Amino acid sequence: MKDFKTIVLSNQEISPGYFRMKILAPGYSQLAQPGQFVMFRVQSSMQPLLRRPFGIFRVGFMAADCDEMAPKEFIEIIYKVVGSGTEIMKDLHSGDPVELLGPLGKGFDSGDPTEEKILVGGGIGLVPLYMLAEELVKKSKVRLLMGGRTRDDIITVTEFERLGVETYVSTEDGSLGEEGLVTQVLERKLDKYPNVTVFACGPMPMIEAVEKICTNRAVALQVSLEALMACGVGACLGCVVMGAEHSDDNPQYLCTCTQGPVFAADELDWNKNKVVATGCGGGCK
Amino acid sequence: MSKHVEKILRPKLAVEIAGIKLKNPIMPASGTFGYGEEYAPYLDLNQLGAVVTKGMSLNPKAGNNTPRICETVSGMLNAIGLQNVGVDAFIEKKMVFLQQYDTPVIVNFFGNTQEEYGEVAARLDDVPGVAALEMNISCPNVKHGGIVFGTDPGAASAVISLVRKKTTKPLIVKLTPNVTDIQVTARAAEESGADALSLINTLTGMAVDVKTRKPRLANTIGGLSGPAIRPIAVRMVHQVVQAVDIPVIGIGGITRAMDALEFLIVGAKAVQVGTANFVDPKVMATIIADLETFCCEEGISDINDLIGSLEL
Repeated sequence: MKDFKTIVLSNQEISPGYFRMKILAPGYSQLAQPGQFVMFRVQSSMQPLLRRPFGIFRVGFMAADCDEMAPKEFIEIIYKVVGSGTEIMKDLHSGDPVELLGPLGKGFDSGDPTEEKILVGGGIGLVPLYMLAEELVKKSKVRLLMGGRTRDDIITVTEFERLGVETYVSTEDGSLGEEGLVTQVLERKLDKYPNVTVFACGPMPMIEAVEKICTNRAVALQVSLEALMACGVGACLGCVVMGAEHSDDNPQYLCTCTQGPVFAADELDWNKNKVVATGCGGGCK
Repeated sequence: MSKHVEKILRPKLAVEIAGIKLKNPIMPASGTFGYGEEYAPYLDLNQLGAVVTKGMSLNPKAGNNTPRICETVSGMLNAIGLQNVGVDAFIEKKMVFLQQYDTPVIVNFFGNTQEEYGEVAARLDDVPGVAALEMNISCPNVKHGGIVFGTDPGAASAVISLVRKKTTKPLIVKLTPNVTDIQVTARAAEESGADALSLINTLTGMAVDVKTRKPRLANTIGGLSGPAIRPIAVRMVHQVVQAVDIPVIGIGGITRAMDALEFLIVGAKAVQVGTANFVDPKVMATIIADLETFCCEEGISDINDLIGSLEL
């Protein structure tokens, strides 16, 4: 992990309310693992005070300024404008200074290459699944089930298709793809392909529904969570979730930042974690 | 300043508190720096004046439900609930890491009862590498915790006197700002045997989500920290320095060298940096470098000349 000042390369609205930011990020092609995140600082000011966590969408290279130089590494993050931090972020331009701390956290485990994979993304929760898909398609058949409230919440699906991922879109209002919840699509796919590993990221109600479906069918599940966090490195203990062994007498708190953000479903206490209600490893602050 | 300022090349930043020699007056505030190891990838702990650990209790402590933190204007509220591994696990597992550094380790601790305070202090007394103890009588987060002791001068005196008998280490008492007159508790702590005081701990605060109409912290009330509290902290350090003869460590919303200097000028011998560590893991190294630059430019050969130099 690294902590450095860098610059924005581009920052564009890709769907109403959703922005995609490219940030110069030396070293990330070697360091970043699928499912990891960065702590992003807008500027050296007191407002907003804290950094914001964002899942890494992808790592890429761009041509250097002259032929002799090595290509420049960048990361892309995708965020939804929902608060004071993202309000400031959306107005950043190419060349604006920002700070990155990362890559942080424990990412996805790619699992058994002979097994087929199903990715379930809800809205901005799709973000950390892209790097995972890049990795998984090298060895396994990968299907993406992408859900949102309206067509505006369906982002970057064509990029998954270009990787060779089979994609299925659903929206609650039927404005794009199948009308209904992504979890209905998941049940149908699991009827057809029962021996898979599922990877999910999205709003907490979606993650909870996915967990119930997978547990009932004994399907392996990994989830990426988001939590309010101040430091990102395991010091503030603000971002904890309750582990499977948790009880009032014998509490087990896991740090989303260092022990997650990706957890195997059986590591967590699904009855108690409802209070967290901040699923969505994509970075929705 | 109109007078000629002689440039200084290597100003002395070293200070001494209750017999502990610090390379410089900068150390983290308890609870914002984990057990030190969390920040070691970003910052050389040997650069720091001291390391102050997370608060230790007799038994491991799970902490509060979530949400535990929320951001406020130029600050944050937290109600972590003093989650920690317990003093025995700390001595066995966490202290080993810190012993490899040439930096004094100040162990923060608390208890639910007078006896617990005494027992934790006793267990830390012969641990190698522990330079001093910082006694939290003020954490506003825990229902059965420090608030009872820190806001009642009589209760504070009693528990500090008891701890004083249980430890030979220098004893720093960390004061709560959630009192009417901080000079009263400061004097009580001094008279009960404190070797130094540190202040301020967080101010109690609350924030509400207006759509759900729920408190933004599961614990309802939390501790406010960050730049928002700094003027209050500077005022209280100023008042306490007037009231006691023992050294004072200033804490509250420090994010840069200029902030640290305010505390030193009003009379703090050293300062603790808290919430700013979350925002910038290297912030203490930057503050130390900038303090040195300030002294060079202002012609201050020894930072001790600056301490308590407030002109009224």
